[in-house]
Amino acid sequence: MSDPVVTISGLSISLPRGGDRPFAVQDVSFAVNPGETLCLVGESGSGKSVVAQAVMGMLPPQLAKTAGTVTFQGAVLPEQRDPAYGRLRSAKMAMIFQDAGASLDPLIRVGDQLSEIARVHGLSRSAAQVRVDEMLGAVRLPDPGRIARSYPHQLSGGQAQRIVIAGALLLNPALLIADEPTTALDVTTQAEILTLIADLQRERGTAVLFITHDFGVVSDIADRIVVMQAGQIVEQGSAAQVLGAPQHPYTTALLAAATKQGAPRNRGQSSPILSAHGITLTYHLGGPFNRRTVQAVQDVSLTLAKGRTLAVVGESGSGKSSLARCLLRLEPFQAGTITFDGQDITRTTGSDLRALRKRIQVVLQDPFGALNPRQTVGAAIAEGPIIHGKPWAQAMQRAEELLALVKLPPQSLSRHPHEFSGGQRQRICIARALALNPEVLIADEAVSALDVSVQAQILDLFADLQQRLGFAMVFITHDLRVARAIADDVIVMQDGRVIEQGSVEQVFDAPAAAYTRALLNAAPGRALQGAA
Amino acid sequence: MTGYILIRLIRAFITMLITVTLVFLFIRFSGDPAAALAPPDAPQEVIEQYRRAMGLDQPLWTQYTGYLAQLLRGEFGYSVHTGLPSAQLFLNRLPATLLLGGTALAIALLAGLPLGAIAALNRGKPVDRAVMGFSVFAFAMPNFLFGLVIILTGALVFQTYFGASADSFTDVIAPALTLGLASMGAFARFTRSSLLETLNAPFMVAAEARGIPRTRRLLRHAVPNAAIPLVTLIGLSLGGLIAGSVVTEQVFAWPGVGQLLVRSVATRDIATVQFIVLAIAVTMVCANLIVDFLYLVIDPRIRAR
Repeated sequence: MSDPVVTISGLSISLPRGGDRPFAVQDVSFAVNPGETLCLVGESGSGKSVVAQAVMGMLPPQLAKTAGTVTFQGAVLPEQRDPAYGRLRSAKMAMIFQDAGASLDPLIRVGDQLSEIARVHGLSRSAAQVRVDEMLGAVRLPDPGRIARSYPHQLSGGQAQRIVIAGALLLNPALLIADEPTTALDVTTQAEILTLIADLQRERGTAVLFITHDFGVVSDIADRIVVMQAGQIVEQGSAAQVLGAPQHPYTTALLAAATKQGAPRNRGQSSPILSAHGITLTYHLGGPFNRRTVQAVQDVSLTLAKGRTLAVVGESGSGKSSLARCLLRLEPFQAGTITFDGQDITRTTGSDLRALRKRIQVVLQDPFGALNPRQTVGAAIAEGPIIHGKPWAQAMQRAEELLALVKLPPQSLSRHPHEFSGGQRQRICIARALALNPEVLIADEAVSALDVSVQAQILDLFADLQQRLGFAMVFITHDLRVARAIADDVIVMQDGRVIEQGSVEQVFDAPAAAYTRALLNAAPGRALQGAA
Repeated sequence: MTGYILIRLIRAFITMLITVTLVFLFIRFSGDPAAALAPPDAPQEVIEQYRRAMGLDQPLWTQYTGYLAQLLRGEFGYSVHTGLPSAQLFLNRLPATLLLGGTALAIALLAGLPLGAIAALNRGKPVDRAVMGFSVFAFAMPNFLFGLVIILTGALVFQTYFGASADSFTDVIAPALTLGLASMGAFARFTRSSLLETLNAPFMVAAEARGIPRTRRLLRHAVPNAAIPLVTLIGLSLGGLIAGSVVTEQVFAWPGVGQLLVRSVATRDIATVQFIVLAIAVTMVCANLIVDFLYLVIDPRIRAR
């Protein structure tokens, strides 16, 4: 084997005083060889992105390198943030980020941003143009000429990521660092981007350091794997070793989370609690001179049985969240009816609607935005019951019980949301939603913002609470794994329409619609699923 | 984009119509103009004569439509005191005010933008704190106080009068400093926060990762993005060119529009007050329109609408 492209040995980087640990990364050593894909796996806060920053010479000033060396093609790299790094970046090493759209200057056409990279590295205007055109073709953009003339906001997430990849590989660097490049993308787009990176890598012999938290993605692309936890490497080895016979319990836990299967279950009753018929929702956008309409939901019908979980699966823009807003009666829709517990609630208003709100509750995606930062956890959970007429003391006592139910200590009552992690906050949101003893819980991407192992815990919590309290659940998600792990029944949506519906087994094991099959094929980690 | 432009033009028109109507109503309801014009001991018939002459005996609606028609014909009436057209009075004073406002704005921009940028680039360091302390001081201090301090300093230390006849260019410096200092503070703070936000944006990190040199990152990527919110602030200041200097003009006895406005209000010179208020409103509305159209040029996200 030829010499490694980048070798990290004994790298330690300290955190500023008052951090939750003294080191961001401690004694990290690994090497990336030419042409290989090394996956650096870990959850948020594991220090994986800090390692990438250190290689790129972009450590923020408050993080100091205290020990270790990073060598690149046999030579020691310049000091952090040294101007000499400018010549290496893009030319020898390139980096792409999670949010491709945000990593492009919003005011400059993307084609010009690409040629800028070539120009600042000494290419002439015409040579830069030639290189850009070549690369736009190589990343397989439809109509590359038009896209080069576009501004970042005019591109989809997938197109923006292709542009950013084109920029990163423009000067044929030896190393590409990809920091969660597909995390924000839909599954089908994610699969395309992963294939694209793999193909370009093969053509050019680029070494790829791929940073991710998703073992599904890892199992699809990795040659070798490094697992990090709390700033330290807990395991490293070939993909086959780490995936096939993980040594460290943390790796095992991450793998288990990624291959989570729903427990076999036979619960719930057949009598419907919530059903919708022919829901159609059209948004009117724009001002008086450029009115546009968007068909968000078209003729969607569904039935949720008591105590069961219905997953609504779809990519972004499929209308699944709009459907949730209709079911919650938060969005006036143009056609269709909703029946709850035998009553038509399509046009319920006033105090009847407020009484209904008590019985249908919601948990949202972003546990950081969903809690009022100035309200204590106790006040947040007790607010609903108090509004619906419960005395303060009783409501607080109920809040304490609920905290125990979501496995948070009773002291949490008097704390504020900022003192909790994302997973803990989502537990608080769940406790708040359950405070009114709802019969239906609508969870809109409720685990999407969480790390995989936390995701698994929250899914278990949902299942456990449902078992005990018997509510029915509509679980909106873009993640097929999540749907499979939690749902009894599934609806697949695309462009506002229902493409397929049925039991979890039917939809996942014998999908009838082509779109469902495409989604399932695009989902990362299929090899892993098979093995588990 | 056509929609964007049309909506803004319509909005500007409506703003103007509301201003014109309010001016019309305020002047008629804030006291009897005829009584104010007539000599203090004038008998009732004389006041009635005045009233008829000014058309104040007509029903309000007739007065209003007549007034609108006059405005459309470009007839803004005559100053009752000097007998000159009010437009003429205003235009005589305008150059002095523009000189003062323009110089002040130039001072504010030339000092405020760089100071804000320096503070942003040295975030948290003593330079940052010093600049920000100075800006808060600058816009917290009332205009007239700083003006008086300058005049006093001139008189006591330099044995001269810093202020005003608008005869020579050096005369403008003291009042312009007074006027410019406050907006300089605002510009500096605004520039700092806007630039800081941009410097921390993901695309700036990405640009660094692409190997784009620091100077180019700042000038090509950070500055245009940070300038977008500043355009609004500069536009508002442009709109305030005429109206902003009323106090300063009084302090320095500067023969500008502000002084004329104060005097005309005191003497109930309706036509002149009307014209000045309309002129102020027109500059505000125009400045806002210019800002809106500038956005079209700068920001592709708005062009897309």
